[in-house]
Amino acid sequence: MEQQILQVKHLSKSFGKQEVLKDIDFAVNKGDVISILGKSGSGKSTLLRCINLLETPNSGEILFHDTNMAGRGANAASYRAKVGMVFQSFNLFNNMTVLENCIVGQVKVLKRNRDEAQRHAMEFLGKVGMAPYINARPRQISGGQKQRVAIARALAMDPEILLFDEPTSALDPEMVGEVLSVMRTIASEGMTMLVVTHEMAFARDVSNRVVFMADGVICEQGTPEQIFSAPQQERTKEFLARFHNG
Amino acid sequence: MNKFAQLGADIAKLWLKYGNSYFGGIKNTLILALVGTVIGCLIGFICGILNTIPYSRNDNPVKRFFLALIRVIIRIYVEVFRGTPMVLQAVFLYYGLPYFTNNAVKFTSVWAAAIVVVSINTGAYMAESVRGGIISVDPGQTEGAKAIGMTHVQTMINVILPQALRNIMPQIGNNFIINVKDTSVMFIIGFPDFFAAHRAAVGASYLYFPSATVEMVGYLTMTLVASLLLRWAEKRMDGDSSYELVQEDQLVMTAGTYNYPSRRSPFDEQNKEYDKTGKGKVN
Repeated sequence: MEQQILQVKHLSKSFGKQEVLKDIDFAVNKGDVISILGKSGSGKSTLLRCINLLETPNSGEILFHDTNMAGRGANAASYRAKVGMVFQSFNLFNNMTVLENCIVGQVKVLKRNRDEAQRHAMEFLGKVGMAPYINARPRQISGGQKQRVAIARALAMDPEILLFDEPTSALDPEMVGEVLSVMRTIASEGMTMLVVTHEMAFARDVSNRVVFMADGVICEQGTPEQIFSAPQQERTKEFLARFHNG
Repeated sequence: MNKFAQLGADIAKLWLKYGNSYFGGIKNTLILALVGTVIGCLIGFICGILNTIPYSRNDNPVKRFFLALIRVIIRIYVEVFRGTPMVLQAVFLYYGLPYFTNNAVKFTSVWAAAIVVVSINTGAYMAESVRGGIISVDPGQTEGAKAIGMTHVQTMINVILPQALRNIMPQIGNNFIINVKDTSVMFIIGFPDFFAAHRAAVGASYLYFPSATVEMVGYLTMTLVASLLLRWAEKRMDGDSSYELVQEDQLVMTAGTYNYPSRRSPFDEQNKEYDKTGKGKVN
C-alpha cells in the first residue's frame, strides 16, 4: 500500500496577467522519484516553488499529509523544514563554512543540540563526498561541490520529500556527473524526490514516474517507459524527438 | 619663507597657551562622533530591519496595516532628518523644546542634546544604507534559508544581517568620518568640541589662520586614523583568503570525462544496445 505524502489540487498561479500554472493536479507517494520535464517557460520550476510555498499559489490546495498548506494560517516555516529544496543556484549561505551550512538549520529550526547536528551533518557530507571540505567557504569550492553541499544541507534536515529545481543546469558539463551520481544514490536509498530537470537520461533511468509539462498544464504523465517509448500527446513526442535524435 | 617661520611661531604660541583646550576638544569630538555613530547605526539597523519585513496578500490586514504604517513613518523620519542641516536640527531641539513647553522640557546638558542630534541624523542616513545592505544580499540566500524552514527572524539573524553588515561597513566608516567633521556645528549649542576650542582661542588671541591650521591638521589626523582602523577592521571581517586545498574528492571527474549515463547501460550512447530511435530497449 503506497502512502500518499503530498497532493496538489487545482493549483493555479499567475504572475500579473501571465498565467503560469493552470489547474494542476497531481500526487506524490512515499518513495516516488518523479521527474518533471518540459520546455523552459512551461511552469516546471514555478510548480516546484509553489509546492515549497516560495511562491504563493493564486488558488488551489497543497495537501501535505491531508493538511492544506496553501491556505491562510498554515505554518509555512515548519512545513518547509519537512520539504527540502535544492536550487539551481545552490544558495549556500555565504557567511558560513560548508559544515555550518549543514548545521544551522538543524540547530535553529529542529532545535537539535550542536554535537548531534554536527554528527548528522558529517554523515551526509560524507555521503556526498564533501567531508574533506567541511571548513571551506562556499566561494572556495566548485559549482558541483556547492550543489553536493546543498544536497547534504537539505538531507541533514531529514525531509520527507526533496525537491530539486534544475540542480545541474548551472553547472559546467564535467560537474554534472558528480551531482547526478549523488542524486542517484539518494534515490536508490528510498528518498521521495521531485526533480525538475533537463537530464533526460536521468529521468528515464532513475525516476519511477515522469511528468511532462507544457504551457502551465500537465500534458502527460506515466512511467518512464510509457513517456519515453510510447508518448501519447503530440507535444510530448515533439519535445522528446530532440532528445532521441540529439 | 619667513611667513612659514611666523606661522610656526604663532602655532607654538597657541599650543603653549591653548594646548589643553585643543586636546580636550579633540577628545570631546571623538567621543561625540563615536557615540553618535554607534547609536545612529542602531537606529539605522532598527529602521532598515523594520523596513524590509515582507508582507503578502495572505497576511492578515492588521499586520499589513502596521507594516505599511511603519514604512511611512520611517520614510518621513529619513526625509526630514536627511533633508535638513544638522546645525538647524540642533537649534530646533535645544532651543525649540523649552520655547514650546515654557521651559518644562529642555536638555539640561549640551552633551545629551549633541548626542541626540548626531544620533538621529546618522540614523536617518544609516536607515537607507542598512535597507540597501539588506536588499543587496542575493535573494537566493533568503530562499535557501526559507527552504530549510527558517522563519523571517531566524533568516535575518543567521544569514542576511551578517552579510548585510559586511556590505555596509564602508558606509558606517563614512558616517563616522563625516561625524568627526560635522560635529563642529555643535558650537551652536555651546558644545565644547575641537572647533569650539578654535573659537575660544582666536577670540582671545586673534590668531585666526594659525589656529585654523591647527584645526585642519587635527581633523585630518583624526579622519586618517579612523580610515586606517576601518580598513583594518574590514580586512579582518573578510577573514583569511587562503585555505587548505583538498585534493581527495572521489566524485570529481577530470575535465572532459563524463560518466553519465553509466557506461554499458542501455542508455549509454556508446553502447551497441543503445537505441537511437527511442522505441524501447533492444533485447
